[in-house]
Amino acid sequence: MAAIAPVRTVVGRGVVVHGDDIDTDRIIPARFLRCVTFDDLAEGLFVDVRFDEDGRQTGHPLDAPERAGATVMVSGRNFGCGSSREHAPQALARAGFRAVIAGSFAEIFFGNATTLGMVCLALGDADLAAVQAAVDADAAAELVIDVDEASVRVAGHTYRGHLPDTARSALVKGSYDPLAELLGADAAIGAVADALPYVRAGGAAR
Amino acid sequence: MPPRTLFDKVWDAHTVRTLENGQTQLFIGTHLIHEVTSPQAFGMLDDLGLAVRMPERTFATVDHIVPTDVREEPFADELADQMIKALRANCERHGITYFDLHSGLQGIVHMVGPEQGITQPGSTIACGDSHTSTHGAFGAIAFGIGTSQVRDVLATQTLAMSRPKVRRIEVNGTLPPGVYAKDVILHIIRTLGVNGGIGYAYEYAGDVFDRMSMEERMTVCNMSIEGGARCGYVNPDQTTIDYLEGRPYAPQGAEWEAAVERWRALASDDGAHYDDVTVIDAADIAPTVTWGINPGQAIAIDEDVPHPDRVRPEERAGVLEALAHMKLQGGAPIRGTKVDVAFLGSCTNARLSDFREVAAVLRGRRVAPGVQAIAVPGSTLVKEACEREGIDRVLIDAGFEWRAAGCSMCLAMNPDKLVGDQLCASSSNRNFKGRQGSATGRTVLMSPVMVAAAAVAGVVADAREVFGTAEAVSA
Repeated sequence: MAAIAPVRTVVGRGVVVHGDDIDTDRIIPARFLRCVTFDDLAEGLFVDVRFDEDGRQTGHPLDAPERAGATVMVSGRNFGCGSSREHAPQALARAGFRAVIAGSFAEIFFGNATTLGMVCLALGDADLAAVQAAVDADAAAELVIDVDEASVRVAGHTYRGHLPDTARSALVKGSYDPLAELLGADAAIGAVADALPYVRAGGAAR
Repeated sequence: MPPRTLFDKVWDAHTVRTLENGQTQLFIGTHLIHEVTSPQAFGMLDDLGLAVRMPERTFATVDHIVPTDVREEPFADELADQMIKALRANCERHGITYFDLHSGLQGIVHMVGPEQGITQPGSTIACGDSHTSTHGAFGAIAFGIGTSQVRDVLATQTLAMSRPKVRRIEVNGTLPPGVYAKDVILHIIRTLGVNGGIGYAYEYAGDVFDRMSMEERMTVCNMSIEGGARCGYVNPDQTTIDYLEGRPYAPQGAEWEAAVERWRALASDDGAHYDDVTVIDAADIAPTVTWGINPGQAIAIDEDVPHPDRVRPEERAGVLEALAHMKLQGGAPIRGTKVDVAFLGSCTNARLSDFREVAAVLRGRRVAPGVQAIAVPGSTLVKEACEREGIDRVLIDAGFEWRAAGCSMCLAMNPDKLVGDQLCASSSNRNFKGRQGSATGRTVLMSPVMVAAAAVAGVVADAREVFGTAEAVSA
């Protein structure tokens, strides 16, 4: 399997999607999941809050011309809750996002995003508000995320956040896609399977 | 060995090793797949030239995109048709058992596993669907995964997972009449918050869960994820064993006896360590409905919708956003809110017991004029069982449309969708903006009997009043 590149920093401009509990249905509505590849997901990103029922833009920050090319999304608490659809981080990645900064992350979204090498940095309430304000104030502001330090620098200030050690280590070592390592334990997998009575018996499988 | 929780026992028995980053490589005993989150995973396997490691440990069905009225193929929706064909081809190519649309066993994946006895205590179960937590009702450790992880399970039968903490949630005492399993989980989510369970597995325990049927336990475990907990479980007991006995994939004969003995030993030991314990009095739980745009925004049916000036400052923006979307007035009762659609269905509440309860209250009553009422059994077996018992006739006579099995209007990937800003009284699990197929559509989550009450009254209503005495509607 091809080696994957470590992710030590993310540098780019940001866009704030305000609100807590942004769910994965909001990030990508279910009708965009009618597909057998992830290729065309970017067009569905936040589509139902970006356009009204007549297809007119609602003035969502993602459509502001000065935000084009942003690579860091900033949002609120419990980002990515709800459905387990990997389509959500896939849509973000295909729209150019390399990192999400939020108050906290729903667990399945966090895992899905990390596996794609997307950095999910959690900040405390006050720091998050400060980063949101800095990004809202200046579309040209550059954010510099240091993965190993779990920090983000913007508008002259550095904010330290939280990134679980498991994700931080995987990102900086380039092992965030675990498949190669999982494949390396073939004999041990067989041994665990053989020790489980329900698996050994053929279990559910007949 | 020190006392352990069921979670500890199952996790430890399935641990292959510790990975470099500190996560656990966890063996997955049972893998369930469906048409939405698996095709890309098979594509990844092909790109990497990898085979399915243990095809006999993966089971498939089709649920999200299937029409619930016209079931002939090709489907009118070309994209949906492409997806069912891809699933069928992938299963055939890799030797995976597939409960196809017309097999007689098709249904929502979280219905099919238990019905077939594939879902068993002490197993690890993964599926590319967040409601995989449903299977925890059997004392399994079951959780939703992303598509890259579906790939990982197909290729290795293992996952890289971080071990969660365990929170025991005890509900003790007796539920008041007219209060159902759905109300219990909505109350728990309301109490602990939609993000309260992040990093936790939930163990549901106490009098109320001890007395619940398997179908009720599934309703509760199903919505663990709406509280942020990726998995939730109930310790297996005689109720679990009775449910599984004789199911097609359950162990048989001497193997059955051995399995029962193992299952009985799985329950959390007395004195086991929990990272947190929450105790709730069953008497405090009322028929509960959501008023907002996440499942934690819930109130008892006789409470008022929160007023934005009377909530904590950090909640104000969320309350205002929810009120605007729901077109509700802060401080006003939720009762009496006009309903356009009544939806009975989903992996939360579309089992035989749900339809029995609904039929018992609907007999001789009519859906209010102007309300579209649809009933979508969770599986083909549930549909047939309802039809054998005449439940379908009761619902049809009351004015419900009686459909075939699938996820349907829970997430509206098939043709069943809200239109415009219709308000839906729904027995499903998510009231997110746009969830039921219209960006401006509105969802009010509630128990099936409360959906029936809303359908009859034409407004959000208290089933205990609509159907007479509380005793008449209590399970």
